[in-house]
Amino acid sequence: MRAYTPKDDVQAKSYYTDRFYVSPQVPKSPVESDEVFAADLAAIKAKFDVSDAYIQVEQMVVFINAKDNFGVLELMKNELEYTQLSEMSAIDWIAKENKFEIFYQMLSMNKRKRIRVKMFIENGEAVNSVEKLFRSADWSEREMFDMFGIEANGHPFMKRILMPYDWQGFPLLKTYPLEGDEFAAWYEVDKIYGKEARDVIGPEIRDTAKVDRYDSERFARLGYEVPKGTKITDDMEKVEQTYQEDGGVFMIKKFDKKDSVVVDDPQR
Amino acid sequence: MAQHKVNYTKDGGLPVALTSIDKIVNWGRSNSIWALTYGLACCGIEMMASGASRYDFDRFGTIFRASPRQADVMIVAGTLTKKHAEFIKRLYDQMTEPRWVISMGSCANTGGMFNTYSTVQGCDRIIPVDLYLPGCAPRPETLQYGVMLLQKKIRANHASKAQKAKRLM
Repeated sequence: MRAYTPKDDVQAKSYYTDRFYVSPQVPKSPVESDEVFAADLAAIKAKFDVSDAYIQVEQMVVFINAKDNFGVLELMKNELEYTQLSEMSAIDWIAKENKFEIFYQMLSMNKRKRIRVKMFIENGEAVNSVEKLFRSADWSEREMFDMFGIEANGHPFMKRILMPYDWQGFPLLKTYPLEGDEFAAWYEVDKIYGKEARDVIGPEIRDTAKVDRYDSERFARLGYEVPKGTKITDDMEKVEQTYQEDGGVFMIKKFDKKDSVVVDDPQR
Repeated sequence: MAQHKVNYTKDGGLPVALTSIDKIVNWGRSNSIWALTYGLACCGIEMMASGASRYDFDRFGTIFRASPRQADVMIVAGTLTKKHAEFIKRLYDQMTEPRWVISMGSCANTGGMFNTYSTVQGCDRIIPVDLYLPGCAPRPETLQYGVMLLQKKIRANHASKAQKAKRLM
């Protein structure tokens, strides 16, 4: 007999995978093919180690050592005219090689060129802050700390920026569950009402496929609302809700459609 | 002296209406529901549209106030993040009794499409909610219908009896 395999997860998995599938790669070209980039790379190579460099989608990607990041960016800003840091963040490669990849996206308005400076750090290492060079790195480095837990040495205010200060865990790590860990699930209850309120308020309902027909009657049917906590049985009659009581409301006239005028002129 | 003549005999007598305390108090409460300006996300745009001239919330006596101390109803219009959860509780506590809460839109009802670590899965985990409005985002008509149902709910109260304060726990 064939061994039984649980079918809970069948829809989540793809049924067919091609054994010979090779994921398409963005083509890379050598740096020598662009003379502006070649000159920039030569200027960087004269002072710092460059482990790899290539051109991808008209942008040069340069891999440097993590300890050189401030020096490289200073050189690029002051001498190579890359005056803007448009973006910086990190990529989680912990599962693969226990490393973070950090990238700085540089823009030169004069040369009309973009360079992406990349470097690897070990898990748990800190980076040098480039906030003194680029003010845009201030919030980006705080976000990097908030989301990945990578601290920037020399940053003036190394605190979380998006999540609350008392948050635990780093949400953009690939090991962090999308729906949050135990701390995240009870964060607001623990903070406002205390841990003992967990039993009263109950866990979060995270099942998006959950359909409670009583809830759908309460929420979805306009005009047939039922007060919260009503016991609903199958043989219940539908009671249409109106916004006014039958006997009328004190000092308020009920809207009568017959007495109203419908303005049908589109040019009104 | 007034130039015009008041016809005291019109409508069968003096310009006096007789009613009960309950009715006059509830009439006052239900027709001056001042709402706290509380747009948290895109539902806030619909809430603003409801307040503006085309949909005209003022005819219900609903006027937006910027202070919770002057507000009667909190319309939670939008996504409630976990970072913001403590502030919604604080603002709710600052509102004076009697107070009501309308949870407007999917995000405030259940967390909606934001099935993530940073979103509160329904604002009724933090504060007691009187009325849930479905929709993403609900149309201004839905919000106004909701306010009319809230008025009906207020009219069912007994003003002479002590109100039991709503608490989540």
